[in-house]
Amino acid sequence: MSEGYPDYMRESIKKVEKTRPERIDKTPERMDPDEADEVLNNFHPDYRPEGKKEIQIGPSEGRKAPNEVNELLEAHSLIDPSDIDLSQIDHDVDILIIGGGGAGTVAALSAVEEGIKPEDILIATKLRHGDSNSMMAQGGMQVADREDDSPVKHYLDAIGGGHFTNAPELVKALTKDAPKILKWHEELGMMYDREEDGNFVELPGGGTSRYRLHSAGDYTGMELMRVLRDEARNLDIPVLEFTPAVELLKDSKGQIAGAVLMNLETNEYYVVRAKSTIMATGGFGRLHIQSYPTTNHYGATADGLVMGYRAGVPIRDLDSVQYHPTGAAHPDQIVGLLVTEKVRSLGAQPVNADGELFVNPLEPRDIEAAALIRECYGNGNGVKTPTGMKGVWLDSPLIEEKKGEGTIEESLPAMVRLYERFGIDMTEEPILVFPTLHYQNGGLVINPDGSTPVKGLFAGGEVEGGVHGKNRLMGNSLLDYNVFGRRAGINAASHAKKASLGDLTLDHVSKYEQQLDEAGIETDRKAPMLLPEYRGEKVLERHLDVKVTL
Amino acid sequence: MDKEETDEEETEEEMVEIFVMGSRYRVPEGLTILTALEYAGYKFTRGCGCRGGFCGACATVYRTEDEYKLKMDLACQTAVEDGMFLVQLPFMPAVREDYDIEEVDPEEHENILLDYYTEVARCVSCNTCTKACPQDIEVMDYVQSALRGDIERTAELSFDCIHCGLCSMRCPADIKHYHMAQMARRIYAKYEQPDSEELALRVEELEEGKYDEKMEELVKMEKEKLKKMYDERDIKEEG
Repeated sequence: MSEGYPDYMRESIKKVEKTRPERIDKTPERMDPDEADEVLNNFHPDYRPEGKKEIQIGPSEGRKAPNEVNELLEAHSLIDPSDIDLSQIDHDVDILIIGGGGAGTVAALSAVEEGIKPEDILIATKLRHGDSNSMMAQGGMQVADREDDSPVKHYLDAIGGGHFTNAPELVKALTKDAPKILKWHEELGMMYDREEDGNFVELPGGGTSRYRLHSAGDYTGMELMRVLRDEARNLDIPVLEFTPAVELLKDSKGQIAGAVLMNLETNEYYVVRAKSTIMATGGFGRLHIQSYPTTNHYGATADGLVMGYRAGVPIRDLDSVQYHPTGAAHPDQIVGLLVTEKVRSLGAQPVNADGELFVNPLEPRDIEAAALIRECYGNGNGVKTPTGMKGVWLDSPLIEEKKGEGTIEESLPAMVRLYERFGIDMTEEPILVFPTLHYQNGGLVINPDGSTPVKGLFAGGEVEGGVHGKNRLMGNSLLDYNVFGRRAGINAASHAKKASLGDLTLDHVSKYEQQLDEAGIETDRKAPMLLPEYRGEKVLERHLDVKVTL
Repeated sequence: MDKEETDEEETEEEMVEIFVMGSRYRVPEGLTILTALEYAGYKFTRGCGCRGGFCGACATVYRTEDEYKLKMDLACQTAVEDGMFLVQLPFMPAVREDYDIEEVDPEEHENILLDYYTEVARCVSCNTCTKACPQDIEVMDYVQSALRGDIERTAELSFDCIHCGLCSMRCPADIKHYHMAQMARRIYAKYEQPDSEELALRVEELEEGKYDEKMEELVKMEKEKLKKMYDERDIKEEG
């Protein structure tokens, strides 16, 4: 056995090995609706009332959101509108895309297909082009393309998985567009896993009734993102990196008319005037809702949510947060990183400290996560890590026994690499997991064509809500950013062709400040956050706020 | 999330000494290079992306005390060691060639990859690229495959590439390994992998409107009926 586990954890691993032969062909029944409700109510973090509160101002006043989101909505702008010279326009474009991840890049490619010239598009992104949760997705993308499957079955799975809170028209768009998206990916040259005859290798996911998950090893998100980025580069679509938007711009007619950007390295601002603006900033994992660790990338700080809300776009389903059932729980260096659901799709079972199988491995994510938390903190059957965290085993060696030796190396190279670096061989030993903050289920309200209720603004990907209701199924987020990034791009293009803009204004920002004041909200907080704070406490305590000038 | 109190003796952190671009800092043992830099007071704009080993933003060059060899790895995936001297690479200015994916059928060219990336022919088989790769990819082998016109092998060997650029930074022949391999993978997937017939059929069905009626029925269905349908749907457990 490897150096990766201390002795007392190895004792527990022995129990897991002992029960393996009797578990191998067993699959516990999926929970009935009552049992599922009970475990959610008692153990899912979303169901803790103290974790969220009503928003006091803005277009969705009275709706509930996690405390961490509320703090950003009830915060001042990063800019003082009187400091910004709107008469000097730095970029005058047809379409401004805020965010250079999956949704933003798909939107740009789709707008070009609709006849917008690449030079009339601008992608502004906070980090590098491609730095996003899209890049990190591992498992795959759901598309109902097999004979025994259909978009209708996909629809039913998605809306049931979302507890029937999804917007039906958005789920229809998601599931009906899916095959067309995959066809487009085939034409772009994405290297999906295929059978000899060219049909796709497909796996099930939590809550899916068919084998529908299309993957590229466990680097699916990376493969899609790097091909999309490559194509955007081939088309010479302009990208401003390290230049996030800090506030949307409106015009005298009340339409969205671009944004104020800020160069993160020089702090210089730029004014972008755009006939259509697409919000594609992704999710909020780096807010660490309820102090959970997260699978998300460094820039996932809900910026688009804040800017869109200030500009008048309502939000929905933000009170529900997706905790991925299996984040790494040991070793400490990788706590919270994603252990893809594909590990369970391939046959690994979650088992407790005594090696007992306690849940069906492929429940919808919220139920599976709640069941893991119950096993650790309700039933007391978790394994304590050297740093005091608890987790359960994910019995990965079972995959090799079920699907043959070498399956893990072949299907999960990123996972193998992650654990190998810290002395754990997941083909021989189980890995320890605990739920981790993974996805923003809700977001800005959109229409099926990707437009928001505020004219001139479109949205796609994790920043928008309604597609997944209160719980997203595995494999529907890669699909979401493709379907709604594409719809946003197409409709932003047709809007740009006929739009005419009035004078630029930041009045909505001033008005929001006024609303904060009227609601009696006194705070120093500013938003959007742009980047999370991880510097050491000791350093920050001694930090001098001095600007050094030459 | 609940983190229970750790044992008394563990609260006294073991510290190690690292040198960030030559400046000395004491940081807790067990941190990654990335989190150690943050602990020391650095706030990243560049040099930090996904924090999970998928994006290549945090390529780092380091050596340890009394070692003359430079090592390369990802800051987010490497634990700090005592006496580590390190620097991050914020950007890689490698040339990338534009191409039209519709115009690069390998059947119509003798060696399409060489047409676009001529410097591949300058490979001296020194294997420095392979040694630099934090993903343990056989980089030199795929460069050699490209040279032979074996697009499939180039695509497959390079598949786990995260575009950190360390290979190209070290290459004495100035090969742009990762850009060339990106092109190879797309050409392989588009021109050499067979298309899916199942998918083509489904797209055709959708264009004919085959699912429209049933879909509208579900969209308009009242919640209780839909819920019953969901609870009773047949689930394929084995495939």
